[in-house]
Amino acid sequence: MAQIRIKNVAKRFGAYQALHSINLDVADQEFMVLLGASGCGKTTLLRIIAGLETPSEGEVWIGDRRVDHLAPRDRGIAMVFQNYAVFPHLTVFENIAFGLRMAKMDNALVTKRVERTAELMHIEQLLKRYSGELSGGQRQRVAVARALAMEPDVILMDEPLSNLDALLRLEMRAELKGVLAESKTTAIYVTHDQVEAMSLADRISVMHQGRIVQAASPIEVYRNPAARFVASFIGNPPMNFLPATSHGNGQWSVAGQTFNGPATQKPLEFAIRPEDLSPADQGLKATARVVEPLGAHLLVTCDVEGASFRAVLDSDLTVRPGDILTLAPQPDRIRWFDPETTQAVA
Amino acid sequence: MTAVTPDVAHADVRKSGRFLFRAAIVFLCAWVLVPIYFLLINTLSSPETVNAFPKSFIPEFDMGSLTFFANFAGMLTALKNSVIVACLTMVLSIAFGAPAGYALSRFDFRGKELFRVLILLTRAFPLPLLALPLAVLFIRTGLDDTLLGLALVHTTLAIPFAVLITFSLFSGIPIELEEAAWTLGCTRFTAFTKVVLPLIAPGIAASAIFAFVISWNEVFAAAVLTIQNRTLPAFLLQSLGTSPLHLKFAGGFILVVPALVFIFAVRKYLFAMWGIANR
Ligand SMILES: Nc1ncnc2c1ncn2[C@@H]1O[C@H](COP(=O)(O)OP(=O)(O)OP(=O)(O)O)[C@@H](O)[C@H]1O
Ligand SMILES: [Mg+2]
Repeated sequence: MAQIRIKNVAKRFGAYQALHSINLDVADQEFMVLLGASGCGKTTLLRIIAGLETPSEGEVWIGDRRVDHLAPRDRGIAMVFQNYAVFPHLTVFENIAFGLRMAKMDNALVTKRVERTAELMHIEQLLKRYSGELSGGQRQRVAVARALAMEPDVILMDEPLSNLDALLRLEMRAELKGVLAESKTTAIYVTHDQVEAMSLADRISVMHQGRIVQAASPIEVYRNPAARFVASFIGNPPMNFLPATSHGNGQWSVAGQTFNGPATQKPLEFAIRPEDLSPADQGLKATARVVEPLGAHLLVTCDVEGASFRAVLDSDLTVRPGDILTLAPQPDRIRWFDPETTQAVA
Repeated sequence: MTAVTPDVAHADVRKSGRFLFRAAIVFLCAWVLVPIYFLLINTLSSPETVNAFPKSFIPEFDMGSLTFFANFAGMLTALKNSVIVACLTMVLSIAFGAPAGYALSRFDFRGKELFRVLILLTRAFPLPLLALPLAVLFIRTGLDDTLLGLALVHTTLAIPFAVLITFSLFSGIPIELEEAAWTLGCTRFTAFTKVVLPLIAPGIAASAIFAFVISWNEVFAAAVLTIQNRTLPAFLLQSLGTSPLHLKFAGGFILVVPALVFIFAVRKYLFAMWGIANR
């Protein structure tokens, strides 16, 4: 059993606060993805769990042990580093075998384990090479294989596929998910690629400026963003926002149109995903600015009362810049945010 | 037609620039090599040729002077002393310098920059200034005229370089390599021996050799602090003052050659070190 529990963890680097009171529970065998923009503290959090960084405050639990005071080697973890950290003086084989040899594993077993993991990562033909003779993507796969070979309770991966080409990344992604599900490993996986996050995660934790803004299943994060940041970060393109004013009784006026919304008097923000808009007789008046045909869809960037607004429309439609569209939002997909607290309002 | 002239002028400038560059290189090489060459010729000449004029540029391979040294009383003991002191210096300066270099590159502590400057500043004290108090201190502690005492003095001379060289070596090794080793089951110590050490071993060897050379070449402290147990330079300094010219040449040659060979072996790391010291 290797659930991970992070309680009120904060991290300060001098005057700079990289992490603010993080609380996170990762269930046994869960695949948790940490998603966030560059510099939001993903690596720092991972390093705290691994024991490479000491938290300024808070507790870290793995299984039913508190591990803050334990050395990395005593935590039952393996880690894939953002910059690979493949040992340059060892061959690929010895790199993958390093942890097994430290654990004094039997030689025949080591060979078997290394070969199997190498095969999984498609690097079996590179086993005799040194890291100086590998490409970035190959080095990255060695780093992943080295961690996988340990068969740890918990595996921590810091953007392990960032350097692979699109096709290989797709393949490795599926491979990793399969292997980790089979080996019953608890995984924390850092990425800033939201497609990767969506496809791999049991749950996604969206991080922003050293805080976890939302931790939920991928579809929940996508459909019901808990905060404005999540809505503006997830989705390609992300959600549209428009200011809304209350008429009372849950009636809201948005760009001259009336919508049903929460029963509050405070000014709110109206939000809708670009793909939840369709042309209709009744709806938001939008002036098309840029039209981008994407094959399956038509991405139209428009102007609604001076605010930029995107719609993903059927590619059969003909839209020219300057056209005035009437776009109807799908009513059950409309979300509301409080501009003061930036939190979602139901 | 008009386009041709500037091209020619350019080519001329470039050609003369290249000529100047080459001339400078030749001059600098000659500056260093010619004296050494004369030293070699005179070492391998019979006493008569040494004192004769004009000089021949071809050595006559007369081993007389060198054989004399080989049979000179005390010579071998001095040589042995030199080697012992240099080896002690080598071991001590790495044993103390390498951990300091590691700490400088891996840990943040208050006054780190100041500490780095202070390390360099230890070389600012002229040895003659320190020699007298040191001699007094050594006599009091019983370290006077011992090889260990001399090695200690040489170690203080060599340590700044050992620290700076190893600092640059450790800094060249990403901390993530060590961290990766820690997560793969290493302690701080095993990570050091299994990952860091193999990567810096050649550099450590070079900095050890450099410490050896510093000790080997040092003559002032050796002459002041020892009487019976003289090292080779101190011994030669003492004996050669009154010797004939051809023996002076041979003695000089014996001193210069090992140092040259060692320095040549570690030249790559010396450049790296100067880069660090000037930063
Ligand atoms: N050792 C350190 N000293 C000072 N500041 C640090 C240190 N490590 C990280 N930081 C700061 O903490 C913040 C979070 O860094 P972190 O490496 O966790 O970001 P990240 O989310 O992993 O970003 P990326 O996606 O670019 O890898 C950054 O602003 C960074 O500058
Ligand atoms: Mg990072």
